[in-house]
Amino acid sequence: MPIQGNIRNFSTTQLLNLINLARKTGTLTFFEGVRTGEKDAMGEEKMAPGKPRAKVSFNTGKLTYAALDNQDGNLISVLNKAGKLTDEQARIIRERAKNTADKALALLLMNANYVSQSDIVSSIQQHTLDVIYNLLTWAEGPFRFDDGIMPTNDRIQVPIDLENVIIEGSRRIREAEKLNEYLPNLDFALKFPENPKEKFKGIHLSVEEWRVVSFVNPKNSIRQIAKANNMSDIEIRRIVYGLEQAGLVELVKPPGMETTTRPGRPAAARAPQVQKNVVNKLIDKIKSI
Amino acid sequence: MQTVKMVITGPFSSGKTEFIRSISEIEVVSTEREISTEAEKRQKDATTVAMDFGRITVDDDLVLYLFGTPGQRRFDFMWEILAEGMLGFVVMVDSAKPETFREAKSILETFRAYAPTPYVVAANKQDHPDAWAADDLRIALRIEDGVKLLPCIAKDKESVKNVLLELLYSILEEMEG
Ligand SMILES: Nc1nc2c(ncn2[C@@H]2O[C@H](COP(=O)(O)OP(=O)(O)OP(=O)(O)O)[C@@H](O)[C@H]2O)c(=O)[nH]1
Ligand SMILES: [Mg+2]
Repeated sequence: MPIQGNIRNFSTTQLLNLINLARKTGTLTFFEGVRTGEKDAMGEEKMAPGKPRAKVSFNTGKLTYAALDNQDGNLISVLNKAGKLTDEQARIIRERAKNTADKALALLLMNANYVSQSDIVSSIQQHTLDVIYNLLTWAEGPFRFDDGIMPTNDRIQVPIDLENVIIEGSRRIREAEKLNEYLPNLDFALKFPENPKEKFKGIHLSVEEWRVVSFVNPKNSIRQIAKANNMSDIEIRRIVYGLEQAGLVELVKPPGMETTTRPGRPAAARAPQVQKNVVNKLIDKIKSI
Repeated sequence: MQTVKMVITGPFSSGKTEFIRSISEIEVVSTEREISTEAEKRQKDATTVAMDFGRITVDDDLVLYLFGTPGQRRFDFMWEILAEGMLGFVVMVDSAKPETFREAKSILETFRAYAPTPYVVAANKQDHPDAWAADDLRIALRIEDGVKLLPCIAKDKESVKNVLLELLYSILEEMEG
């Protein structure tokens, strides 16, 4: 039976966990979502799978291969990105080795002493992880897991344990969630505390932090500050969190926002007093239906 | 006369009414209402607004009631009332609708907090071509090893019997443990 759905409902970390625990072999494909105009069971718009965005393969629960569709993931580019081949070397090899499959190319490069085997392994591993951590940030889009389907044989596959990937991925997601919880509403504004000069004394701010600080004004919402600085929601949250924790800025509620009180947790219901023979009677009855 | 009750819960359209209907000796007293919002209407025509209610009479002294919760969250003020005094509960999951898994898990946790009674999870609609396998669902919903996750087809009486029996066995085990 297929494992398919949308990562907005079943996250990539959860998928990796499933593949790891069930020791699955096959390929997970992520697609661009194509709007259907139909609603799913939760009332959200159903997305049909469109163009593939990424493919990730697994062998008995280990990550062996990952590629983004819009990214050239061949061996030369991977080694170039990892700094094992210079731009010039990469250009020359690309010209000479056109149409050479990755595995054959790896042998050629090692024989010519361009790179070592461990260079190749570590570069591919790093590339695979980069792809995974990138797609872990995707919040939306259809996916499908095809049992037993593997990438073509000429790709070099370096097995990576999923546990660490999941832990690191969850850490990144938890951070995002925590920040979300801390600052759910980006319509808040920022202001300086009473004696800002004192507070800022001796503090070293990063370039990004300075950029945010320069916009601090109760009239600017955090959302507007993020937009002006071309920052993602998570980036701006992280910076505001740091500044606020250090006492350098204070949050200002947007006008018209009331504080909401959460309803208390309901008291636990009483457990029934039932005898064993009652349960046995029920069992016999249902068996006989 | 003693009455005992079990609660059949789960997300919207997971098959709760169907489940109770398959086993109840009385026509299910269902408080189904035509669906009001357009979004939900596309899923199905009728939804349970207050609760479903099925009955299994064991003998003159013992009756089992099956209560189905309304699947839509806006009726969840009813849940705690239904949970009061239950012997155990079944969480129905539509195995073919992964978008509802998170909701299913959240309903499960809510009921677990109401009362420390045994429960089982029914991986319903296993006859559906898109259904996730029960083993995959266990991992997906992060169901602990000690909790039963049972493949189910709510339209099939034998399958419903199996789910209820497994729940009763768990209840028995807990009493003996
Ligand atoms: N194929 C298949 N369809 C099922 C199964 N169980 C239920 N259905 C169908 O799924 C739809 C929803 O079932 P219901 O029993 O109304 O679900 P519910 O959980 O009571 O729904 P609400 O009361 O609206 O929350 C109906 O069309 C059922 O016929 C099953 O095991 N297999
Ligand atoms: Mg119903």
